Amino acid sequence: MNWSIVSAVYRKEIKSYFGSPMAYIVLAVFLLISGWFFTLNLFKENLAHLRSIFDILPFLLVIFAPAISMRLVSEERKSGTMELLMTMPVRDFEVIFGKFLAAFVLFAVGLAFTLVYVVTLLMLGKPEIGPIVAGYIGLLLCGGAYLAIGVLGSALTENQIVAFILSFLISGILAVFVFSAMVIPPPLADLVQYLSTTYHFQNIARGVIDSRDVIYYLSVIFLSLLYASRALAQRKFL
Amino acid sequence: MIHIENLKKYYGAFPAVDGISFDVARGEILGFLGPNGAGKTTTMKVITGYYPPTGGVVTVDGLDVVENSLETRQMIGYLPESNPLYHDLTVLEYLELIAELRQIPKERRHARIKEMAAITGILDRLGQPISQLSKGYRQRVGLAQAMLHDPKLLILDEPTIGLDPNQIVEIRSLIKEIGREKTVILSTHILPEVQATCDRVVIIHHGKLVADGTPEELQAKFVGQPVVDLEVRGEGADDLDAWRGVRGVEKVERLKNLELEEVHLRLFLSQGTDARAELFHLCVEKGWTLLGLNRQIQSLEDIFHQLTQIDPAREAEEAAA
Repeated sequence: MNWSIVSAVYRKEIKSYFGSPMAYIVLAVFLLISGWFFTLNLFKENLAHLRSIFDILPFLLVIFAPAISMRLVSEERKSGTMELLMTMPVRDFEVIFGKFLAAFVLFAVGLAFTLVYVVTLLMLGKPEIGPIVAGYIGLLLCGGAYLAIGVLGSALTENQIVAFILSFLISGILAVFVFSAMVIPPPLADLVQYLSTTYHFQNIARGVIDSRDVIYYLSVIFLSLLYASRALAQRKFL
Repeated sequence: MIHIENLKKYYGAFPAVDGISFDVARGEILGFLGPNGAGKTTTMKVITGYYPPTGGVVTVDGLDVVENSLETRQMIGYLPESNPLYHDLTVLEYLELIAELRQIPKERRHARIKEMAAITGILDRLGQPISQLSKGYRQRVGLAQAMLHDPKLLILDEPTIGLDPNQIVEIRSLIKEIGREKTVILSTHILPEVQATCDRVVIIHHGKLVADGTPEELQAKFVGQPVVDLEVRGEGADDLDAWRGVRGVEKVERLKNLELEEVHLRLFLSQGTDARAELFHLCVEKGWTLLGLNRQIQSLEDIFHQLTQIDPAREAEEAAA
């Protein structure tokens, strides 16, 4: 892997993100909705924790992550610049990884704005710091997994809307697998639950960072990006 | 420099390129001709490593474009037909990005960008967003992109499309200039472009190679019937039988009948004859005024037309019948 290529692709994508209104709109809506969930129960319960946000964000990100990632490959494929990019001496995975990193950084910036809520809590009461730190690490991992799935969705088609729907469906299914115990008999339910993004997030958000949960997210990210670069290499699109 | 052997590329069951073979020597400017949909662009996409071939071998400087893709891609400068550009970047940002992707050493990047911008005449546009450039300037940016890393091989897919006549002349002389040191493959269906710039011509049609040679060789090989156009004024000059009597004339056709007993004629001669001297003497003899005498040379256009008229589907039908 040639990091100067990854970095060139990454910086180009960052420039595109912050040069277009799309990124700002997605960030603004994200903050608006997460802010609403934060204040919803804060004063009613009068408890200093972020649980209301941590409960809902892994599901909300199912919509926000594809909105960030949908353009990454599809747009270039449609405008023809992908042909230019792929005839440069670059590896498919370097391009995919650079694009993923850019989307991830945009997401991390959005998430950084929610630290305002943490500051608010610190001013109002004495929140437990452990679960909050763990929750943020969990959100980064979970969002990263959705974004990687989003990159895969984007690599499969030249239509951004199709890319959005594909990634939304895959991420959505992985997110709701956490409820498998309600509909599936026990032995199978455990397995399905283990595949769930939200299940692993709930584990982490309790304040314990288990290597199994981290490995799960990293595997989802790695596999999605691998398949995305495969899709790119085959030059076949939906 | 390039060796193509029995290259095949299928889109599903459709053969876009169906077993073509040719070589391109170092320093040659090759005109790659064919009607729309003949397989030119597909062939170029295989050479540049964008599409994997269905069958056959393509090597650039001895390296296989599939096995050693990264190395061959680094040797090639490519201007795709649609000239894709990142419209949200400025010209300078765009060329900087290309320089990074091409792994041009950091200390040489800016000098190289300046140099190419000067050659392609976009120095004063470096700060402008690409979305604001006219089509001609975008084409120049595309050319600067293709040449930025000083490639051994330059592949240009219809580089003059959409340019105005002045720009076409400029770009052509630029390509000729580049072609002194580099190998160039130039795809086009504009035939004067080939005659103006190329050392050699390859014509493909329906995915198959139909001609390969210098423009002169092709002209010699595909000579049709010699034709002489004639403009004569004089009493009785419109009597076609008088012309048929000249040795070598097989057929006479009246092109235009003008007033004052002036005629335009087209004379078809038998193979290997040149009846111009006899025609002149006939005019002198009859007292006609010879206004024009012009032997038609088979142009590249005629050859192209002749070679790419055949429809394989119809040919197969005829063979079956």
